Parts: sequence; structure tokens; C-alpha cells
Amino acid sequence: MALIRTFSAAFMLLFAVSAIAGGIEVREFDDPVMEKRYRDLTASMRCPLCENQAIDDSDAPISGDMRERVYLLLQDGQSDIEIIDHMVQRFGDYILYNPRLENRTYLLWGLPIGLIFVGVLVVILMVRARRNASAKALSAEERARLDALINRERSS
Amino acid sequence: MTRRLLLLLLPIGFIGIALFLYQGLGINPSDRDSALMAREFPAFEASTLRDEHRRVDQTLLTGEVTLVNVWGEWCPACKQEMPQLLELADNNIRMVGINYRDTREKGLEFLSEFGDPFEVNIFDPDGSLGFDLGVYGAPETFLVDADGVIRYHHKGYVSPEDVRERILPEVEKWR
Amino acid sequence: MFIKMIPEIGHFALVIALLMAIVQAIMPLVGAATRRPLWMAYGRPMATGQFFFVAIAYICLTTSYMLDDFSVANVANNSNSLLPWYYKFSAVWGNHEGSVLLWSLMLAGWGYAASVFSGDLPRDMVARVQGVMGMVCVGFLLFILMTSNPFERLLPNMPQDGADLNPLLQDFGLIVHPPMLYMGYVGFSVVFAFAIAALLGGRLDAAWTRWARPWTNLAWAFLTVGIALGSWWAYYELGWGGWWFWDPVENASLLPWLTGTALMHSLAVTEKRGSFKSWSVLLAISTFSLSLLGTFLVRSGVLTSVHAFANDPSRGFFILMLLTITVTLSLLVFALRAPRVSHKVGFNWLSRDSLLLINNILLVIMTVTVLLGTVYPLILDSMGLGKISVGPPYFNALFVPLTVVMCIFMGLGPMARWKGMAAGELVRKLWLAGAASLVLGAAAPLLYSGEWDLWVALGIISALWIVLPMARDLFDKTRHASSFVAGLRKLSLAYWGMVLGHVGIAVTIVGVAIVSNYNIERNVRMSPGTMVEVAGYQFTMTELTSRRGPNFLADTSIIQVQRGESGRSFVMRPEKRLYLATGMPMTQVALRPGLFRDLYVAMGEDLEDGSYAMRIQYKPFVRWLWLGGLLMAFGGILAVIDKRYRRVTARSTAPATAGQVSSKEATA
Repeated sequence: MALIRTFSAAFMLLFAVSAIAGGIEVREFDDPVMEKRYRDLTASMRCPLCENQAIDDSDAPISGDMRERVYLLLQDGQSDIEIIDHMVQRFGDYILYNPRLENRTYLLWGLPIGLIFVGVLVVILMVRARRNASAKALSAEERARLDALINRERSS
Repeated sequence: MTRRLLLLLLPIGFIGIALFLYQGLGINPSDRDSALMAREFPAFEASTLRDEHRRVDQTLLTGEVTLVNVWGEWCPACKQEMPQLLELADNNIRMVGINYRDTREKGLEFLSEFGDPFEVNIFDPDGSLGFDLGVYGAPETFLVDADGVIRYHHKGYVSPEDVRERILPEVEKWR
Repeated sequence: MFIKMIPEIGHFALVIALLMAIVQAIMPLVGAATRRPLWMAYGRPMATGQFFFVAIAYICLTTSYMLDDFSVANVANNSNSLLPWYYKFSAVWGNHEGSVLLWSLMLAGWGYAASVFSGDLPRDMVARVQGVMGMVCVGFLLFILMTSNPFERLLPNMPQDGADLNPLLQDFGLIVHPPMLYMGYVGFSVVFAFAIAALLGGRLDAAWTRWARPWTNLAWAFLTVGIALGSWWAYYELGWGGWWFWDPVENASLLPWLTGTALMHSLAVTEKRGSFKSWSVLLAISTFSLSLLGTFLVRSGVLTSVHAFANDPSRGFFILMLLTITVTLSLLVFALRAPRVSHKVGFNWLSRDSLLLINNILLVIMTVTVLLGTVYPLILDSMGLGKISVGPPYFNALFVPLTVVMCIFMGLGPMARWKGMAAGELVRKLWLAGAASLVLGAAAPLLYSGEWDLWVALGIISALWIVLPMARDLFDKTRHASSFVAGLRKLSLAYWGMVLGHVGIAVTIVGVAIVSNYNIERNVRMSPGTMVEVAGYQFTMTELTSRRGPNFLADTSIIQVQRGESGRSFVMRPEKRLYLATGMPMTQVALRPGLFRDLYVAMGEDLEDGSYAMRIQYKPFVRWLWLGGLLMAFGGILAVIDKRYRRVTARSTAPATAGQVSSKEATA
């Protein structure tokens, strides 16, 4: 699949995966909840062999094995966390599309959330500062003159 | 003036990011360590390739530093690395093979054609031992120390340079 | 003789173009700095000449493809004598070297367009814009000539025939998607050039926003279409019905789109109110820088597979240098030249200004999130902290809620006045729309499937909340006109552009919400005679056949589909193909598109008892995803052709003579 990856990477296509619809397997589930769990689990695990495909999309043999294992563990009554641990024990954190919260991923989860707080703060501070400026807002004409003044200062 | 100085942090910050990216250029993203590094070789019970009545388990790999090679007849790189594995065996390193996702017939055919550096081959037709080892494609090579702990992992083809520069020093280190 | 030299002519044309670009990068900028009109005047002819010569190079490469000149390595690796002519034509950009050439052609084209349509700008401004464009062109032409020469020959051992174009790329999608995407990426270079020129010349006034806005909208519209086409192509070509994978390649296109969107809105504030000036400039710089960063991430192989470019690591290094120089220099110029005096233009809590401020902050947070998720594995890896993956669950968990918040403010934005308004007025305008969105949106999932779903409800509420207030606004705006149509006519094209852009987002959101949550997928075993019912459709396999295509063998299943007992029936033909030249298997899905649902059938494994595993999917509202994208892009185009911008041009078409410029400079 590296070839296809090469091609798509070579010119920034919007997709970069193999064209073989993998993972078409007929599996029996007694319980729709379990079927949904199976789907979610296989969609959130990365195929260790392919470049960037979830195991439910991939036709690599190892993806088939992993789907099979997920299915068996589900039938066995294991919880999602147990199944994820089972896989990570063998293939490493690399296969998790949803990285676990730990020391090295604090920034990954923390920065966007922190930015939201910073954003709220910026809006509050800026609007409060600008509110006071409203009183002495400039007319269009005054603004043009100010522009001219600033330009003069710039280019001199 | 302080505002200007603060703005100067922008280009400086970007240079920092660029350095990370530069370092990233030297990294191979598909070069990953095994998740089983520094852990015990997983428990298993299987027959051997040559004798379907002989049962082996993880105790096979204790007592001496052993190189475990995962191979299959269907894997072209496995054929190419056989000379290197034979050389390793000649260096008095204990070699154990895992015949991965293969049939007995084809596996034995492979050994008679390309040579057999292995003391014994564990027969793993459905890939379940491979799965527990986190193998996702053959060939892969594991170094197991005398206590049965995985100490080194080599993914893919073993080249003559790999033997000299990586594998032999690792074997010495754990002996 | 002449024909045999075509690749060399192309190569030579590139060298000439590079020389012209170097002149274009130096003379106008020095001329503007030292106030020499003659030097400044170099820009326009150089931009024209450069476009001309890059076009010659491009035509030469295309000709080599058309003539099957397999002595050219690029042709030999990516074409075949049996390839239909239109795929030979598009195979030019189906590979690294050719696509960089297309990229450069577009860059030169945008530079030429900028020089043609800037007749009314002050001459020093034009000179600076062209100088900056020249620098960018120098970077890319050097990149081609030094690391990615498409004209390299395979002499004397030329192959008999070419290795063929990857079957995946032998598709209409390849013809349309990359050019659109590149037009978007590259288009932002013009906006970038305007921003840097304004900083250098100290002309960060309302006028430059009026010049920059149409270019921004145009580039943004192209990028939007490019992304939508890519998503559509992936959907029908890849065989499992996904339309967005949060792959680094996709994120690379989303990043400039997000900052580009922020830039459009920020420029609106800058033009109307004179505030956010430095911010707009910074966004213009960021947008183009993110286009370059995307190029680096995708083409250097740091995030994907090192094998992709293991043959030539110099490419990754070159783009990284280009990126670093561009970003560092422009940020340096920004730090040194950003206006010291900022106008304190006042506005209140409830004002369009504050809402657009929130819009910008949200878009920046989204950009940082996507960027962080994309490069985080790389950063951890280069710090020796191990390899992790960041994929769809992470992005969805952060991006979806941020989008919902964005929608809340998007509903308010177009209704709010600049500067400030009384809360009562806003409530009076919006309460009905708000209540209606809440009730209808919350009820929609029940009406649709009988099963309530929070995300679908949120999606529909968001979409209605964007659309309904604008409908109310249209009604208000036309109420006093003599007739409804006359009222509509009075509204400017720019206003319609805004409306369409926002409606497009709403349409896309409806599509995303419904198809993500109500997608039905069944994997079934089918053999001739099997009947399966999915979402009220009966799928009956009537026959399994095989056929031979022009360059592939195919197993075809013929599936009769009928809705309910009495509905119209039709046939779907999914295939498994084996391409002979490359030995590559491919799944050809059968699609039955519709405005409210797609039926999607893919053929899987042969189960060895005369039956096949089949994946049947019912994808409601999936078309809305791309329909929304097209609406957004159309909105962008409408805003570009608004007469406001043409009037600016018309008012001052009288060519500024050299004397005028120098007198202007003298007073300044």
C-alpha cells in the first residue's frame, strides 16, 4: 500500500488510502449494542501495518486478525477498556487513534481546552477596552485622515 | 517598543518549530519498537514444525540468550535474510524460528531450500503466537535473554550490516 | 528534430522563468524602496514573461505525455501508451514533479492576474506585490529545478512502454480535484503578497483591504471546491463510503481553509470599521504559511511514510527551508512594520464587531487543534517520547463541539449591527427564529427515524439557527420595497455571497450530522438469489458474472434493488477488478445517488461457496456535504464580482504616470 500512499502523498490528494474495501466480513451479533461497540472499537484502532487506516477499513491480514480478536473478546464479555488494553499490550499505543490521557499527551488535550479559556478572556478584555473607545469613535473622514497620518509616519 | 519585542517572539517561535520539523525529517515514522520490549516472552503452547507431537512452551526460551525469528514461506524478505541468519547461527547464537501463518509442508520445503539455522521451529499456522508478540508482518526478529525477557526487536529484513552493527552487539550485551 | 527536443525546451523555459522571477523579486522591491519608477516598472513585464515561460514548460511536459515520449522519466513512470488521452493529460499532475510544475504554473498565473487586475493601485504597491510574488516564484522554480525536474531523461535506455498511471488515479476525480485544490493553496499567495507589500509600504489602510478581499474570496472559493471534490472522490473511489478521515493530507488542506475563512471575516471588519488591521495581516501570512506547511508535511514524508520519498530526502529539506525562510521573514517584517498606532475603534458587547472577533478566535482555536493533532505524533517522536497516533476520535471530540459553538454565533452575526445594538432589538429579531430552530431541530430526529439522537438534533438546530434568522432578515430587508423581487434586487452581490456562504455551511452541517449518525451498514453474505433488506430497500443478487474491461478483469454482481413492495426497481453493479498492467485489485462500488440518500454497495471477499461478502450501505443526506461546499464556493465568487470592487477599479482606471507616483511619494 506504500505505493498508493506515495502517489497520494506525492500530490496532496485529499485521501491517502488503499482502494480495496477491506474488512467486509459477515459477523453475527445477537445484540445491536455489541455490534455498535464492535464498530466503534475497530474504527478507533489503527492498522499497525498500513500507513493510516483503521482496522475496520483495512484489508491487511493483521487487521483481519485484530478484528477477529476484538470480536472474540466481545463475545467473551470483556469491556471496551479491557479489549483496548489487550491490543495495546501487544501492538503499543500507536494503534490507538484516540490517544490516552497521560503525561506525554497532556498538552495534546490541554492546549485546545486552555485556548478556549484564553479565547474567552481575550474577548472579554478586548470588548471591555473597545467599549470605552466607543465614546470617541472616529467618523469616516477622521479615520481617513488618521490613515494618512499613519502612512506618513510609516513611509518617512 | 515592548510590543515590537513581543512580536519578535513570533519569528523566533517559528524557528523553534522548524527545528522540530527538521528533526522529524530524520525519523522513520514506520520504525517502531515492539510493545513487548523489556517484558517476558508471552506464554504459549504449540507443536514444532518438524514434529507435530512435540509440544513446546515459553520455557523453551529460557536459560540462554536466544534470537527468535518470525518467518513464513510466503514472505520474500525471509528468504533474503536466511544467509544472515545462518551466519548468526554459525556464531554460536541459539536461534529459534516461529513458522508464522504457514503450512508444515511449505515450511519444511522452505527450510530444505534456504537452510535451517534454527534449533527448533515453533509452528504457528493461525498466527496466534505472532499476534501475542505483536507481529504484524514477517520477518521480525526478537532477542530474548536467559530469563525469557524480550530485549531487542528488529522489524523487517535483517541485512548483513544489521547483523554486524546491531544484532551481534545486542547479543553480547545480554549474554 | 524539434519534437525530440521538447523536454529540453521545457527545461530551458523553466530556467528562463526562474531568471525572470529573480529579476521580478529584486527590481520592483528595490525600486519601491529607492523610489525609482523605472525599476518598479520591471514587475509587470517580468510577471507576464514568467507566466509565459512556465506555461511553455508545462505545455512541453503535457506534449511529452501526449506523444508517449517514454525517454522522459516522468512520462515513463506515470503513463502508458494505452492510457486514454484525457488521463494522459491529467497524469501530468498525477505525480510529484508534474504537480509541482502545475503548482508553479498556477503561481505564475495568479501573479500575472494580480499584475493585470491591479491597474488602479499605486505603483509602489503594485511593485511590492510583484516583488513578493517573484520571491515565492523563485522558491518554487528553484525547488523544481534543483530537486524535482520533470524533464529528466532516461537515455539511452528508454523503456518500450510506460509503467502506467495508478488505476486509482484513472478517474474523473484526478482531472478536477488537484487543480482546484492548488488554485486555492496558491491563490492565497496573492493575499500574502498584498499583506507583505502593505506592511513594507506602510499602506495598511482601508484601501488595501478592498484590494485584498476579492483575492481572498476567490482563493477561498477554489480551496473550498477542491476540498469538497477531494472528499467526494474519496467517497466513491475508496469503497467504504468514508468522506473525511482526518488524515494528515486532508488536515493540510483544512488548515489554510480555516485561517482563510477567518481572514475573510477579519478583512470585512478591517474594511468596514478600520480595526483588526494587524490581525488581518497576520492571518494572511498564516494562511499562506499553512499552505506551505501542508506541502512540507505531505511531501517530506515526515508524517506518512518515509518510504514515499526515501529516494530523495533533499525535497523535504528544501521545502522546510522554503517554509522557514518565508515564515520567518514575513513574521519579522510583521514584527517590525505592524502599525504602532492602533485605532481604538469602539464597539459593544452586542455588535457585529464583537461577534466577528469571536468567530476569528474560534477559527484560530480550531486551526491550532487540527495543527496540534496533526503534528503531535511527530513532536513526541522527535523528543524520543514514543510513537502515538492521533486520529478521528480526537479530532471529532474537539472539532464538533467547537463547530456547534461557532454556529451559535454564526446565527447572530449577520443580524447584528456594527458598533453595537440594543439587546431588545436583537431579541425581537431573533426570538422567533431561535424558538423555531430549537423546536424543529429537536423534533427532527424523531420525525426522521423515531429515535432521538443528541448530535443529529444539535446539527439540525445549528443549521436552522444559521438559516432562519437570515430568512427573517431577507424578509425585513424586502418589506419596504415596491415588490419582493425589487427588494431582493437591491441587495448587493456581496450580501448574497455572505448568505450563500452561511447557507452552505448549514447544508454541510445537516449532511454531516445525519449521515454520521443515521448511516446504515450491513455486511452480508450474498449469492445469486439472496435477498437482503436494508433501510426499506430490498437488494436481490440476481447474477454473478465476470467481464473483461479495456485493461482489467472484473467479477461483477448484478443486484436488483426495489424499494418496498411496489417501488420502482433498478439494478446496481458492484465489481471487483484486477488491473492487468499493475496486478492491482480494486473495488468498484455501485452507487445510487440521491438528494436525500445514497445507496452504496461494495463487493468484498469471495467466500468460496459461490457467495460473496457484500457491504451494503444506506447513506442519508450524504450529498449535502458537497452541495454545501459548492454553495459556499459560489457565495465566495458572488462576493468577488460585487460591483463594489469593480467600482474601485473603474474610479481610478486612469493610469498613474511616473510623475504622479513620485509626487505622491514626495508628499508621503
